[in-house]
Amino acid sequence: MTAKPEVRNLSTSQQIGAGQLVAVQQPVKRNQGMQLTSELFEKVEVNLSATQRRASTLLTRRTVKKQWQAAWLIKAIQTIDLTTLAGDDTPARVHRLCAKARNPLRHDLVEALGLQPGTLTTGAVCVYPTMVRTACEALAGTTIPVASVATGFPAGLTPMAQRLAEIQYAVEEGAGEIDIVITRSHVLTGNWTALYEEVRQMREACGEAHMKAILATGDIKTLTNVYKASMVAMMAGADFIKTSTGMEGVNATLPVSLVMLRAIRDYEHATGFKVGFKPAGGLRKAKDALSWLILMKEELPREWLEPDLFRIGASSLLGDIERQLEHHVTGRYSAANRHGLA
Amino acid sequence: MNKVTDILKSMDYGPAPEDSSHVTTWLKEHDHRIGHFIAGKFTYRKGTKSFACVNPATGEKLADIALGNKRDVDAAGDAAAKAFKSWSKLSGTVRARHLYALARHVQKNARLLAVLESIDNGKPIRESRDIDIPLVARHFYHHAGWAELLETEFSGQAPVGVCGQIIPWNFPLLMLAWKVAPALAAGCTVVLKPAEYTPLTAMAFAEICNEAGLPPGVFNIVNGDGTTGELIVNDDRFEKIAFTGSTEVGRIIRKSTAGSRKKLSLELGGKSPFIVFDEADIDAAVEGVVDAIWFNQGEVCCAGSRAIVQEGIAENFHDRLKARMEKLRLGDPLDKAIDIGAVVDPVQIANIEERVREGIASGASLWQPSWAKSIKSGPGCFYPPTLFTGVEPASRLAQEEVFGPVIATMTFRTPGEAIELANNSRYGLAASIWSQSLDIAFDAAKNIKAGIVWINSTNLFDAAAGFGGYRESGFGREGGREGMMEYLVPDWQRKARSLPASSAVIEPLPKGEKAAASSGAGNDRLDRTMKHYIGGKQARPDSGYSFPVVDKKGRVITQAGLGNRKDIRNGVEAARVATSWTAMTGHARAQVLYYLAENFDARKDDFVDTLVTVSGTKSDVAKREVETSIARIIHYAAWADKYDGAARAPMANMLSLALNEPWEVMAISCPDEAPLLALISLVLPAIAMGNRVVATPSPANPLPTGDFYQLLDTSDVPGGTVNLITGDRDELAKTLAQHDDVACHWYFGPRAGSELVERESAGNLKATWVNNGKARDWLDPHQGQGPEFLFHAVQVKTIWTPYGV
Repeated sequence: MTAKPEVRNLSTSQQIGAGQLVAVQQPVKRNQGMQLTSELFEKVEVNLSATQRRASTLLTRRTVKKQWQAAWLIKAIQTIDLTTLAGDDTPARVHRLCAKARNPLRHDLVEALGLQPGTLTTGAVCVYPTMVRTACEALAGTTIPVASVATGFPAGLTPMAQRLAEIQYAVEEGAGEIDIVITRSHVLTGNWTALYEEVRQMREACGEAHMKAILATGDIKTLTNVYKASMVAMMAGADFIKTSTGMEGVNATLPVSLVMLRAIRDYEHATGFKVGFKPAGGLRKAKDALSWLILMKEELPREWLEPDLFRIGASSLLGDIERQLEHHVTGRYSAANRHGLA
Repeated sequence: MNKVTDILKSMDYGPAPEDSSHVTTWLKEHDHRIGHFIAGKFTYRKGTKSFACVNPATGEKLADIALGNKRDVDAAGDAAAKAFKSWSKLSGTVRARHLYALARHVQKNARLLAVLESIDNGKPIRESRDIDIPLVARHFYHHAGWAELLETEFSGQAPVGVCGQIIPWNFPLLMLAWKVAPALAAGCTVVLKPAEYTPLTAMAFAEICNEAGLPPGVFNIVNGDGTTGELIVNDDRFEKIAFTGSTEVGRIIRKSTAGSRKKLSLELGGKSPFIVFDEADIDAAVEGVVDAIWFNQGEVCCAGSRAIVQEGIAENFHDRLKARMEKLRLGDPLDKAIDIGAVVDPVQIANIEERVREGIASGASLWQPSWAKSIKSGPGCFYPPTLFTGVEPASRLAQEEVFGPVIATMTFRTPGEAIELANNSRYGLAASIWSQSLDIAFDAAKNIKAGIVWINSTNLFDAAAGFGGYRESGFGREGGREGMMEYLVPDWQRKARSLPASSAVIEPLPKGEKAAASSGAGNDRLDRTMKHYIGGKQARPDSGYSFPVVDKKGRVITQAGLGNRKDIRNGVEAARVATSWTAMTGHARAQVLYYLAENFDARKDDFVDTLVTVSGTKSDVAKREVETSIARIIHYAAWADKYDGAARAPMANMLSLALNEPWEVMAISCPDEAPLLALISLVLPAIAMGNRVVATPSPANPLPTGDFYQLLDTSDVPGGTVNLITGDRDELAKTLAQHDDVACHWYFGPRAGSELVERESAGNLKATWVNNGKARDWLDPHQGQGPEFLFHAVQVKTIWTPYGV
């Protein structure tokens, strides 16, 4: 048997120097936004069937196995915005979530995977504004940022002054990241100026806090809307664009994500600014996390696989990743009760 | 290096090999020797000549393959002929059960077949697993359905007989399915010759046939190379040859089967356009290129290998395409995460390299991804994805198939120019059109000469959607209702009597002593002038000669113009430019044809008179021929706005149209029997479908021609729609069959003429429909009119239109 030919695609490894701890360490230069420039998106029409075809074959064209899969799942943990956004959230609940964010993986698994104990955390914790202070306290001594939803999440239909005030409140409480929602009607009526102005004001209100603009793609429906709303949000200064609130009928999907990533690429091409991406809602299985990581790797350069530019908004996803990683370590399928509750 | 912490830095994919141990066992169990499959038995005779079958990704020899000789082809042909007797008599339902069993067994063995295919051919396991093998099962399911419905949906049709089928190496098992499933459904039996590079999955399929209980002899395999294929093509046991492969070999097969009475379908090469209009979703189109030319390493007959991009977006498109190419992964076909596998054989790599060198020499700019340099030479056959920009239509790269992962791009300024460039090809297999504008996309879809048009998509296949080409991409369709027709013949044809072997000799010399009393000056009738009818005008023969038209008693009645090559040339030129007829709606054409019938009816006594005088036909018989002719015109007037195609739904959110399109310029050689009725019966279906026709009326009895063209003149049939040239049938037929601007030729005459037309048609591989020297009762509505004529008057274009918001 002759040796099998190796798979050749050096595009990623060429970008990565040997011995670097993390491939991309330089902080991402913050998006400064730009004038609303409708020429950059007005003529774009996204073809649904072609987008769906690409999204569906993406996962039949790529896969990761064995230690590669384990590593990719660890990367997924690093990018999770561990989230609780429920009416029954209490300080104790938020404490428990933050504890999980600090120690997302059982210590014996951390060791078995060859990781430095205590270094693995989730990307952030994501809560309602009134829970920000609690979360900050619970995460004291770590570098884990607290993200807060704001601006009348999830519908965003409270008056603008209140929405801006809510941002300021969350920032004052200690939130380092603000997940804002846009007014869907601006998109549905094609009022790009209004959308631009709204997001720009929200970005101003965020100040130093990074802003993630939730497009609520389940509400704005068409992929063409998704593309245009993505471009406008970035022009208005969004640091991240995010798919969903998690409360829409349909949340993050691969075709929607693909369109948003292409918008991020086009925006970088036009301005040089790198904008992050956050799928949220519906990502529950380890396989989902791998799917989105594959999507990121295929559509954008290597740096978009790091928490600076990629987050997954999820609550139950981590549990499944823990089980899969235990299976990788022990060879036995795992059970949920063997891992600490979030 | 492969520790989790390292991978966390690199975020590389790592290997994802498909397990091939079952295939290794399979090959071992066969002692690495593959013979033939004849009458349900696997044979590998001792001392037989053999050749090696090699894994193109590794250079490793997989098996010795028996080289089929005459003895093997004879044995397989006999087995198939024997099996045909019982298989063709089974009820459709029973045959459907067999096909269903094959479909199920393919599904049950799906992974074995996929791995085997990838090892043998070099295609990525993703493709064999997700595309090839599921489509194989789909074809058997679909055709199980046709077997079930055969009696009702194809009534009056009989299986053509024993089929010889020769398939290529690019989709080994899928091409087997495309050929075998319709044949078996129709009641035919098969001898199949797989490609010499890729014989393995066919043999595994043969085992499946036995496992599924297919009766012995229904499906047989003879392995071998071109010489074995030649034996099959020339073997008289076969009544149908189906071939998929190169245009060059297709041409040889067309010539060598000429006059053999074998039915023939050819699915040949292409240089399919991939048009990107400026309002297209450019990212979608870029991804389309990946599916168009880097699917199956570009070894796809319908690959979109000629990108035609609107000038204003070309730079943007190329930039995005290059970025996409950087992300492609090439390597071990059994790795689940690669896009491009191995090219089938070193010979093919050498071909590609030569074509690429030529392309560079021609001045086009070559671009390959940065990682292409790291591909090591041998033993595996790998070639990187390759983009040529600035390719001129005049260059070989734009005109000829590379059959590798190489795309040539050029630009256009207007939609009209895009179509012109797209049609600037000898081929016409497929086209891919990218536009978000319905108007632009459908305008292109309608105007491009191709058998398959994908709008905002590419390389989609389904058993319900016919596949096959226009022009030199071949003729005949595979899949769908039209595909079934390739394996059926009208029932009555099996009992048709033969025509006399030769027809009257035409001599352009005066026959003074034989002049009929009724003819010529000095009689009470004025002399009648018979000219050609070209471009809506009567035209004197270029030769300046006339030939005598004699009545049944051998008396000269008048003279007809003696047509020659130049008259044919003029006729074809007139037909070529008479595009207004084709552009008319079916309704408008129907009105003209009804009007023709009306005018005919008013002059029917003249026609009867002519027939009585010339043929010496009894007046009641003549009357019947004339009445039937009028009815036939009305029949095709009725069809003119109805035989327009079908809608298909091959997949979700997909509207697929099977359009019946005219050949546009057709040649028709008319027989001597029923001179008026046969002329009408042949010309009318052709023009009803929008074709323009160059017809040669019966040389023995051209007289009705004159009356007929007067009718055309007075019935608003645009000039050039019907061109009539009298003269020696076979001499004119030869020029017509050779004419590269004629797309289809119908020939009805002595058997030698059928052979002539089939042989001479090989130049541009025009479709032919010939009578093989058999008579047809033109008065009989089953034989003289109907679906058979309409079917041959059109070619099917399948348009795929995905939709959704």
